[in-house]
Formats: sequence, structure tokens, C-alpha cells
Amino acid sequence: MIPDLGKYGVEVASAYAVSILLLVAIVGLSWRQSIAQRRALEAAEARKNG
Amino acid sequence: MSLWEYANPKKFMGWTGPVLPWAFGAAGICLVGGLFWGFFLTPDDYRQGSTVKIIYLHVPAALMAINAWMMMLVASLIWLIRRHHVSALAAKAAAPVGITMTMIALMTGAIWGQPMWGTYWAWDPRLTSFLILFLFYLGYMALWAAIDDPDTAADLTSVLCMVGSVFALLSRYAVNFWNQGLHQGASLSLDKEENVSDVFFFPLLVCIAGFVLLFVALVLLRTRTEIRARRVRALQIREVRK
Repeated sequence: MIPDLGKYGVEVASAYAVSILLLVAIVGLSWRQSIAQRRALEAAEARKNG
Repeated sequence: MSLWEYANPKKFMGWTGPVLPWAFGAAGICLVGGLFWGFFLTPDDYRQGSTVKIIYLHVPAALMAINAWMMMLVASLIWLIRRHHVSALAAKAAAPVGITMTMIALMTGAIWGQPMWGTYWAWDPRLTSFLILFLFYLGYMALWAAIDDPDTAADLTSVLCMVGSVFALLSRYAVNFWNQGLHQGASLSLDKEENVSDVFFFPLLVCIAGFVLLFVALVLLRTRTEIRARRVRALQIREVRK
């Protein structure tokens, strides 16, 4: 299944690994910040409404 | 209804909520499909060997690094001209996504450069303008973080964004302007008779669609986060004044 990458296997694999890591990091970070702000807003509005 | 009304914070939260899962879903399908097609189902290039598979990450990321800045420029101009808060927040939201794309382009380019050019880095016009674009992204994010008043931060970052646009454009056209250095011309271009071979071209198009959709989805998500953060800040100020 894994294609034969020949003598450039390390380069190709590391390019994919670095890119996927960075993409997962920005998606994860954005998601985490979104959840944190939603909770903060819910708490602030609950305080406002008494 | 005017187009501007969709950018009203309340309306924006209303229409982006249902759109987000579809945007992330479509981005995921295109990215996974395109990368799988490119990595597993395409042959090696007769000159570059298997390193040609890096094109499916490098080209879409570089394209989005430049276009993210252009989107920030448009949003910044809307802020400066119309004082539309959501546009300023959208520009702020796009910067971390844009810098991620720039990092992917720079790193995959360096990894690709070593076997092809014999070096990870050269002070080539395109590489150098991309590095400067990366530094502009850093400066832009730092400026937003350094200024407490959001309207002042939006004003100053908008000006910085206009200045940085020169380097965003330069990184796209550097090869044409100077016609020197190691980096080749555009892999895909509407005004060229010949682009990359079809066997690489179609999976590359799917990957580009995936990167564009992921950018859109992330900017929508992050803009929603910024709108909520702004509302939290307003409520906190109101609490303190009571």
C-alpha cells in the first residue's frame, strides 16, 4: 500500500509529517479557543442575567 | 437585504453556525482525498523522483499564504473605510491561519529544496519575500496582542496589512520580476500554455480546494470566537462600571 519513495523517502515523509502536524495544531487550537470563548460568554451572560 | 447585513455580528453568528460543519466536512474530504490521491496513486516525476509528492502540500500552502494576506487586506480596507467591526475581526482571525500556511510553505520548500537544489535555503527572491511575509504575519499578530483598545489595534494592524501586501504580491511575482534565483516559475497559471502534467494537476487541484475550504472554515470559526471575545469584554466592562 505504501508507495516506494526511493531515496527521497525521508524528505517526502517529513514534509507530510510537518504539514499535517501544523494543520492539526491550527485546527485544534482554533477549536479549543472557540470552546473557551463560548463558555466565557455563557458565564458572563449568566452573571448579567442574575 | 444588503450584503453588509450578513456581516452584522448577530446575523454573522446566525448564518455561520450551520455553514461551519459543512465547510469543515468539505475541507476534510478534499484534503484527505487529494492527499491520498497524490501520495498513493500518482507516479514519481522523471526528474524529481518521489519528491514531486511534496507539491500537494507546498503549492496549496504557498497559494493560501499569499491569498490569506490578500483577504486580510480586503477586510482591513473595509474596516478603514466603513468601520465594520466584523471585517476587522475577520482579518485578525485569518492571521494565525495565514502564518500556518506560510510555515508549511517555507518548511516543505526547504525539505524539497535540499534534494533538488542541494540546499535547504537560498536568498532567492521568492524565498526571501516569503520569509519577509512570514515576519509580517508575526508582526501583525504581535501588534493585535500589544494594543488594548480594539479599534486602535484594528486601525494600526490595517495599515501594517497594507504595507505587508507589497511583500505578499512580491512573493507571488518575485520570480517574474527578477528572473533569477533557484525557485521555478508558477506551477499553475492561467496564462501559461503548459502547466504541470495532468497526472499531478488534478490531485493538486483537489488539494488546493481542500486548503481553500479549510482556510474559509477556520476563518469563520475564529471570527466567531473573536466576536464572542468582544462580547465578553463588553460585558466585563459593564460589570466593572456597576
